Amino acid sequence: MRHATRVLRSEWTKLRSVRATRWTLIAAVLITAGLSALICVFTRADFDNMSRRSQATFDATYVSFTGMGIGQLAMMAFGVLVVSAEYSTGMIRSSLSAVPQRGLFLVCKVAVATGLVFVVGQITGFGTFYLGQWLLGSHSVGITEPGVLRAVVGAGLYMTLIGLFAMGLTFVLRSPVVSFIVLMPFFFIVSGILSSVGATQKIAHYLPDQAGTTIMAVVPQTLDRPYGPWGGLLIMVGWTAAALVAGYFVLRERDA
Amino acid sequence: MIELLGLTKHYGEKKAVEDLTFTVRPGKVTGFLGPNGAGKSTTMRMMLGLDKPTAGDVRIDGMHYRDLKEPLSYIGALLEAKSLHPGRTAYHHLLCLAQSNGLPERRIDEALEMVGLSAVARKRPRSFSLGMGQRLGIAAAMLGDPRILMFDEPVNGLDPEGIRWIRNLMKHLADEGRTVFVSSHLMSEMALTADHLVVIGRGRLMADTEMSDFISSNSRTYVRIRTPEPERMRDLLTSNGLTYVAAEDGSLEVEGDETARIGDLAAQWRLPLHELSPQRASLEDAFMRLTAETVEYHAHSGDQPETEQEPAERWGRGFPGRGGEGS
Ligand SMILES: Nc1ncnc2c1ncn2[C@@H]1O[C@H](COP(=O)(O)OP(=O)(O)OP(=O)(O)O)[C@@H](O)[C@H]1O
Ligand SMILES: [Mg+2]
Repeated sequence: MRHATRVLRSEWTKLRSVRATRWTLIAAVLITAGLSALICVFTRADFDNMSRRSQATFDATYVSFTGMGIGQLAMMAFGVLVVSAEYSTGMIRSSLSAVPQRGLFLVCKVAVATGLVFVVGQITGFGTFYLGQWLLGSHSVGITEPGVLRAVVGAGLYMTLIGLFAMGLTFVLRSPVVSFIVLMPFFFIVSGILSSVGATQKIAHYLPDQAGTTIMAVVPQTLDRPYGPWGGLLIMVGWTAAALVAGYFVLRERDA
Repeated sequence: MIELLGLTKHYGEKKAVEDLTFTVRPGKVTGFLGPNGAGKSTTMRMMLGLDKPTAGDVRIDGMHYRDLKEPLSYIGALLEAKSLHPGRTAYHHLLCLAQSNGLPERRIDEALEMVGLSAVARKRPRSFSLGMGQRLGIAAAMLGDPRILMFDEPVNGLDPEGIRWIRNLMKHLADEGRTVFVSSHLMSEMALTADHLVVIGRGRLMADTEMSDFISSNSRTYVRIRTPEPERMRDLLTSNGLTYVAAEDGSLEVEGDETARIGDLAAQWRLPLHELSPQRASLEDAFMRLTAETVEYHAHSGDQPETEQEPAERWGRGFPGRGGEGS
């Protein structure tokens, strides 16, 4: 345990002593909150023109998190950079010389980054929610209404999982460029295409982002999914766990 | 002490390191010599557990590297390739390493002081010169005050003063009883610092010997003669039982230390001399000869076909080329 504590401290020092950490996280907060706010403003102005059906199933919570779609990019960048910087700079050789127990190294690095991302995620979730509700005015919901708190906390969890997924994948791929090339289409193109075509929609439902976002929906009609909000998040947890386990095996087997 | 037992590394078809067995002992500087691509850096990475051996084993004071909980206080290494984040200050780079091994923070200042980087502790290595980067790497190696030190071409990028500093540092560390293992592809550099010599070529062990033994068995002495009347000189040498070799540039080379005798003979026979000088083949030549057939990336001069030979045979063979200026 003492050994783990030391490695955790070391990883925390690494994290806070490079600029990329700060900037990607600040970007994640600002983009998510900013874009969400913008969409809330438009939605409020346009609300009266919406169909009655849309108005009846209006999901004020979900709408206030719309910016997450782009904001998660910065969170992904954070996860990718935290790991790829070790490889692109050669720091990995110093790191593994100091901590040759590779499993411990991975767990501590991921744990520290996850802790930080969790805090930033929760700040983003609550900040974005309250800002959005304030902008939605009379169409807003309160945090005490059924399912809303779950969605807000879930938004932070979603961001945390995005960061974790990126870290696991980058432990497999190592290069920042390759990691982005794999992540981008996964989240934006493949996910988008699959979910727009009826036949493949069912597959798309099980992609990490499509599944994970259900945690942010409060009104059941917002997303048509064969699983509930926690089920969706669990699917995303599964993806993340798979990426991390794969990352661990690659780290253990391959030359540094 | 570092023990290598049949250490082997293949990258696909490429045999980077092949069955290396030797021991690096405490209290002396062990030079690890080999031409470019011989496998020095690969061997060192395997010693640190960074690369996985295809076969064989490395023990650090009897233990596997991966079992060391505080490896930095056992073994410190400066690797060939940059091993730090250029955007993390020198201080923080050392801090994260120190924390992971439970080393006191005062060691950071001590290490920076030792390599002369105290003034730039809070600067990011991005702005460092090659030599400063190298010094930071050495500070990291010294951080845990380890019993074993390993340097992969430490003089790379250092100015003459820095080179001398490194030499003295290595000798000093060995005098303190530490194990010092240092790679180079320059024999002349090793001759100045190393007490023991391990030579590899194409991943194979070529020699594992005391430096003094290597010098005495490899430094050929001879006399170089230049004269406007080489024909007469040849006859004179032959009739006095001296064997010579005609060098490419027209001079004659006589084995052994016969300068005085040849001078006397020349005077006696009124033979004009333009040069009469004792010479010593440099260790660089001995090293080149030792690894000649194993050099992977040499400039082709077309003189010798590459042939695989038993190391022992190559080790004992006579030197066909010409000598240098002594060392
Ligand atoms: N990761 C790798 N993948 C494939 N081949 C490699 C790898 N690392 C090294 N090699 C090959 O292994 C051989 C030994 O390389 P190594 O870097 O260990 O030599 P070296 O003795 O350190 O040379 P130098 O004096 O140039 O530093 C070379 O032929 C090199 O091309
Ligand atoms: Mg090398």
